[in-house]
Amino acid sequence: MGYHWNWGVFLQPSATGSDTYLGWMISGVEMTVALSLSAWVIALLLGAVVGVLRTVPSNVLSGFARAYVELFRNIPLLVQLFIWYFVLPELLPVSLGNAYKQSNPVVQQFLSAMLCLALFTSARVAEQVRSGINSLPRGQKNAALAIGFTLPQTYRYVMLPMAFRLIVPPLTSEFLNILKNSAVCSTIGLLELTAQGRQLLDYTAQPYESFIAVTLAYLLLNTVVMFGMRWVEARMRVPGYIGSK
Amino acid sequence: MHEIYEFDWSSIPGALPYLMHGMVISLEITASAVIFGIVWGTLLAMMRLSSISPLSWFAAGYVNLFRSIPLVMVLLWFFLIIPHLLETIFGFPRGTDLRFGSAIAGFALFEAAYYAEIIRAGIQSVPKGQISAANALGMTYGQGMWLVVLPQAFRNMVPLLLTQAIILFQDTSLVYVSALADFFGAAYKVGDRDGRLVEMLLFAGAVYFIICFAFSQLVRYYQKKLKVA
Repeated sequence: MGYHWNWGVFLQPSATGSDTYLGWMISGVEMTVALSLSAWVIALLLGAVVGVLRTVPSNVLSGFARAYVELFRNIPLLVQLFIWYFVLPELLPVSLGNAYKQSNPVVQQFLSAMLCLALFTSARVAEQVRSGINSLPRGQKNAALAIGFTLPQTYRYVMLPMAFRLIVPPLTSEFLNILKNSAVCSTIGLLELTAQGRQLLDYTAQPYESFIAVTLAYLLLNTVVMFGMRWVEARMRVPGYIGSK
Repeated sequence: MHEIYEFDWSSIPGALPYLMHGMVISLEITASAVIFGIVWGTLLAMMRLSSISPLSWFAAGYVNLFRSIPLVMVLLWFFLIIPHLLETIFGFPRGTDLRFGSAIAGFALFEAAYYAEIIRAGIQSVPKGQISAANALGMTYGQGMWLVVLPQAFRNMVPLLLTQAIILFQDTSLVYVSALADFFGAAYKVGDRDGRLVEMLLFAGAVYFIICFAFSQLVRYYQKKLKVA
């Protein structure tokens, strides 16, 4: 119906001149991957700590961990992102806030986005860690304590090594979630894949090609991660549990 | 010069009616997406479990496709691309405001993929003997599904379906990308207008937190009751 398909548009030099439109796509993919990976590392570390705290026999510590999880789980990701990006610099002491606001805008966007995704995901990781620890037979903890391990040693040498192997599948699907959630960060102007898609649409006036290409890029990323996941899961499987072969 | 930010919450009371109106839009989108999502998700789950391979392939493809794409991307498709497509195909007058309808369609089709997986697991958790028993009593496949399997499956799934509804309610804030004034969009606009973005964003976060936390506690309570029964 009069729509002029033109897939060649991706090879044309972009409006800014220095790159092709395909180059925009690739830099979007790179930004999405960099953001997801860096947020993922922080989320794993924080989530492991908070998840362990939820299971320790101390009401103060487990209460704190529960509050942490509920806080990050019950506020929409977009609202959290805007709070990191717009609110936090205002609440810092003025000198620090100003220094932050004068820094490179891309750095500001990336830091806000990374912190936001990391903390949001850490709450979900914490829940997985907790359920992994709770799924262990109680005898393991008791046996470790009975042979003279301290509580931290029990966690370090007995419970966590088992729990982490058990929760590899849900953790890897959390990584898929972080990849998809990173698209929310296009709203603060970070030029990740989705934002590049919108730019492509504006500059090329080829809406279908732009959006189909970006959608395919997400599918491709997903597929790559899924195959990676399968490999990791196969290596981490605990013999004797359902799902192990 | 002040070293500490000075809060000024005075723009909130006057903006309450506008914010309430936004909240109604958020809730309308949530409710319609939950209903359409569960209906379409149930159909998808039944297709996926059916022995007719094209149906099961279609459902698997649909679910995997929507679960691999970010919601923001799906919404952008529905706000930027689909309205144009509809205009060309059905000849809507240009500039018809399709945003609200698009938002509901986008959320419903997206969430259906997630609901389908929950419902599929629910159906599979019903013992096989139940279907055999229904067949033995002379029920057709449809009757067995509708009268025997689904009622039991849904009873087990209610907590998960409600939790997904809470997530969906949080996700409705993403209609921000279409500039539709849902609760979050309204709060952002007021904050931007009055130069009080800090207060309005914190206020919006607090409101979302109270609603979602209260509702998730209810779900947890219900789940405990279900376990005992």
